[in-house]
Amino acid sequence: MTQHNSPEADIRVLRAGPLALLQDSGRFGVRHLGVTQGGPADIYSWAWANHLTGNPWGTANLEVTFGGLKLIAVRDLEIAITGADLGATIEHKPVALWQRTRWKAGDTLTFAAPVSGLRAYLAVCGGFAAEPVLGSVACVTREELGGFEGNGAKLATGDELSVNRSGSGQQLANAPTEAPKNVLPDFSQPAVLDLLPGAQIASFTGRSLFDAFNTWWQVDDRADRMGVRLIGPRLNCKINTLISEGISLGSIQVPPDGQPIVLLNDRQTIGGYPRLGALSPLSASRLAQCLPREPVRLIARGSDAVLKEHRRFRAVFHSESV
Amino acid sequence: MSWKPVLESAGLDAWIVRMFASIDERNVSWLSALARRCEEAFGDALVDLVPSYTTLLVVFDPLNVSPSQARAIICETLAGLEPEETAHEGEVHELPTWYDISVGPELQRVAEGAGMAVSEVVEAHSQRTYKVFALGFAPGFAFMGLVDPRLECARLDTPRKRVPAGSVALAGLQTAAYPTETPGGWNLLGRTSARLFDREREGFSLLRVGDRVRFVPVSREVFEREGGNTTPLEPIT
Repeated sequence: MTQHNSPEADIRVLRAGPLALLQDSGRFGVRHLGVTQGGPADIYSWAWANHLTGNPWGTANLEVTFGGLKLIAVRDLEIAITGADLGATIEHKPVALWQRTRWKAGDTLTFAAPVSGLRAYLAVCGGFAAEPVLGSVACVTREELGGFEGNGAKLATGDELSVNRSGSGQQLANAPTEAPKNVLPDFSQPAVLDLLPGAQIASFTGRSLFDAFNTWWQVDDRADRMGVRLIGPRLNCKINTLISEGISLGSIQVPPDGQPIVLLNDRQTIGGYPRLGALSPLSASRLAQCLPREPVRLIARGSDAVLKEHRRFRAVFHSESV
Repeated sequence: MSWKPVLESAGLDAWIVRMFASIDERNVSWLSALARRCEEAFGDALVDLVPSYTTLLVVFDPLNVSPSQARAIICETLAGLEPEETAHEGEVHELPTWYDISVGPELQRVAEGAGMAVSEVVEAHSQRTYKVFALGFAPGFAFMGLVDPRLECARLDTPRKRVPAGSVALAGLQTAAYPTETPGGWNLLGRTSARLFDREREGFSLLRVGDRVRFVPVSREVFEREGGNTTPLEPIT
């Protein structure tokens, strides 16, 4: 339990819900050891939660999937909730998303259930305190790495969480209190995902390539932080299996059953199925907000345009840190 | 090299360098050389390098270099590349292994498939020095080969939900040891007391791509003394 090494708890977990995980930007430089990347499934929303609380890029915040989480503040905290609308309330009053909020000592913060989107991000000014494992606190349950305990454990009822105290006043002074309207994603709209073609795309049949980009795919129930399976027409590749090779974030692999799987943050580091290519990082984030049975569409994009969008997204979070 | 390397896009932040068409122990020294040169050439822009049997995945920071710049850097490093003996080339990791039906229930299956006695299977498996081709599946999980072709054995039809840490296993012509308890469908031959992944150890993983490994048969007593877990395997459920 966290309380052994935290002198003071700042937040208590009254009810853990199905899945709440501590996530920094991810675990890097160790993938050659078979250690996956982890980090926020929706890096866009995660980044904004930190930004609104004045936390620099990389600060750990909480990824809340589905809802069901109930927390109580031990001291006054400045927080921001971004990403999915999971019906968050403080003392039964709805919390405005994508803006900074004061969470007073003794008040309960509750995430109910998905209204739109799947994963919400809760950032606190100063960031959650945890010891990095292999250079990161990113919580990967399958690998038993990261999180508040270092052992990959998701939040449990009764956990006590600590928040870093350094320089909170000053860091808030320079941070925006709410995200501009034009950056807010609309998770109620069907997702259109940017695919950078690559890998074995030339080995798929012409019919399958047509289908890949002209189908409203349906998100399967089999969707988690490792990958999201898409249901639709069967895609046929002239190659069945490959010699296993490294797989990057957003890669779309097609196993012999012809139903594509988009690989997300907790994917295995190597794999042996043919691939169409990879989603852009922002499209992988968008997909991570899709609930089972939601429709998604793939569009082929060139890397120049996608790179421009990606750099524009990241520029927001680096201007204030210098 | 008779095969010309091919670069394939792996997204906004990665390239796959396909160096070879088939699995071969000699691939490793080329892939290690390429990895080393990529580290130097990319510097801070490098995020991760994932070597595997025939490929190297190069992950870079797209804020720092564009995909086309990264491609150009990789092409430069490929020019005039020479194979490199890995740092661990001389060293052979010896993994003390207790081969026993209670912790290696597929000894019997492999023996039957090979038309050999169980003791001959143990001998054949422990005689060879294996090369680490790739790490993946789980932290510190090393895919090694190649095993004596007489031992070749398909994966289990139904994977086990829990394979204990240390389990020494066989699938096809490859062998491995499970660093932590995970699900798994490989044939279990025994268990090693070696700690394969340790977050407190420098470098974390005992084994790296290119390392050489031998499984050394030990008695139950030695295995236990070295800290091995003798709990018999649960039946497949």
